[in-house]
Amino acid sequence: MNVIIILVPLIGTIFGVMYYYNSKEFTELLLAQPIKRSSIFLGQYLGVAISLSLSLVLGLGIPFVTYGLFESAIIWNFFSLLTTGVFLTFIFTALAFNIALSNENKIKGFSYAILLWLFLAVIYDGLFLLSLMYFQNYPLDKFSLIATMFNPIDLSRILILLQLDIAALLGYTGAVFKQFFGTSLGFIMAMAMLGFWVVLPVARMLFVAKRKDF
Amino acid sequence: MVSFKNLDKKFGKNVVLNGLNLTIHSGGIIAVLGPNGSGKTTLIKSLLGMVLPNKGSIEINNQNIKNQWEYRNNIDYLPQIANFPGNLNVNELFTMLKDLRGKTTKDQELIELFKLQPFLKEKLSTLSGGTKQKVNLVLTFMFDSPLVILDEPTSGLDPISMIRLKELIQQEKSKGKTIFITTHIMNFVEEVADEIIFLLEGKIYFQGTVSALKTKTKQQDFEYAIATILSENHA
Repeated sequence: MNVIIILVPLIGTIFGVMYYYNSKEFTELLLAQPIKRSSIFLGQYLGVAISLSLSLVLGLGIPFVTYGLFESAIIWNFFSLLTTGVFLTFIFTALAFNIALSNENKIKGFSYAILLWLFLAVIYDGLFLLSLMYFQNYPLDKFSLIATMFNPIDLSRILILLQLDIAALLGYTGAVFKQFFGTSLGFIMAMAMLGFWVVLPVARMLFVAKRKDF
Repeated sequence: MVSFKNLDKKFGKNVVLNGLNLTIHSGGIIAVLGPNGSGKTTLIKSLLGMVLPNKGSIEINNQNIKNQWEYRNNIDYLPQIANFPGNLNVNELFTMLKDLRGKTTKDQELIELFKLQPFLKEKLSTLSGGTKQKVNLVLTFMFDSPLVILDEPTSGLDPISMIRLKELIQQEKSKGKTIFITTHIMNFVEEVADEIIFLLEGKIYFQGTVSALKTKTKQQDFEYAIATILSENHA
């Protein structure tokens, strides 16, 4: 599971940035044609995100299906793993397109993209942990809930953990999380948050693309 | 009719177009000239909506083009540097563009004209510069649009293709099209252009015929006339 949570965003980011820079000439060719700008960029984004999601779903799905997934009880857990994986792909491809659009310089764009991934996958958790240590004398359950919401990787991890019922291992915090995310309200909130993480970057991407000179 | 009103464009601190006013009536071949970096390509790209001006407006047939895209159905554009996706072959590229812009039968004729048949199955990344330019020309003239924009159409072409291109341009002109050309080859301009627009420092320095320019600069030779303008303004 951790492999998916860490690797899927990395692949989404790298492929997103790479695709944008590689197809720049093609984009310029299309821009001179009678096509709406938003259709060009939305089309490219969906093209990358959907094919990456498909490869994730098929790549994980086929081996599990042949292994007898449909008879086992974990099918729903597996399903939630795939859903969050797809969400993560869409989120990180959108973020990557944003970075690439705002940076003409390829090397800079790549560095920012990798930095973003590193930040959300590793550094954010570190800072989170440090702040928890530092403020340990205060009640932190609300803070940690909110902080989790602001990082799509953390959010997906928690969602999967709770599905797997290992939340009990997390002690008191686990109970708080379970209480929140375990309810249907919490689940809907979490999904809405993931949805926001897709919609906002895509909206920014279209906004920037509309005002950019080529 | 195309009209530019008070067009301003800056790239960072670099002022490229500076309050440019220009009206062009339909029909004929118009050559856009000017030294390197005078804003020729920027002018053309803002007409296509690829570059967005900081100020001013552009109207085609009294329609403001800002945030529009349908009007590009009536424009054929030949970009200065022919950059195509390298993983496609020539035929696939033609088919794709036809898919985007609707049916045309003119492509076969043009492929014939520029002798591109042997290259149809080749990948675009393996083509030579001149062949790419020919592909570019076919793509541009494939759709019979009333407004044609050619940014450096002669670059990389061999003499025979150049002659064919001139013939093609004259042919298109006789259909009543408006054709914009930017180039640095003065002989080419003198031969084909009906009207000249000379850009200097983001403004229109001169608009008129070749002979009017010769009279203005008191030079017999067209190339020298252009050189006179440049040396007077950069001395």
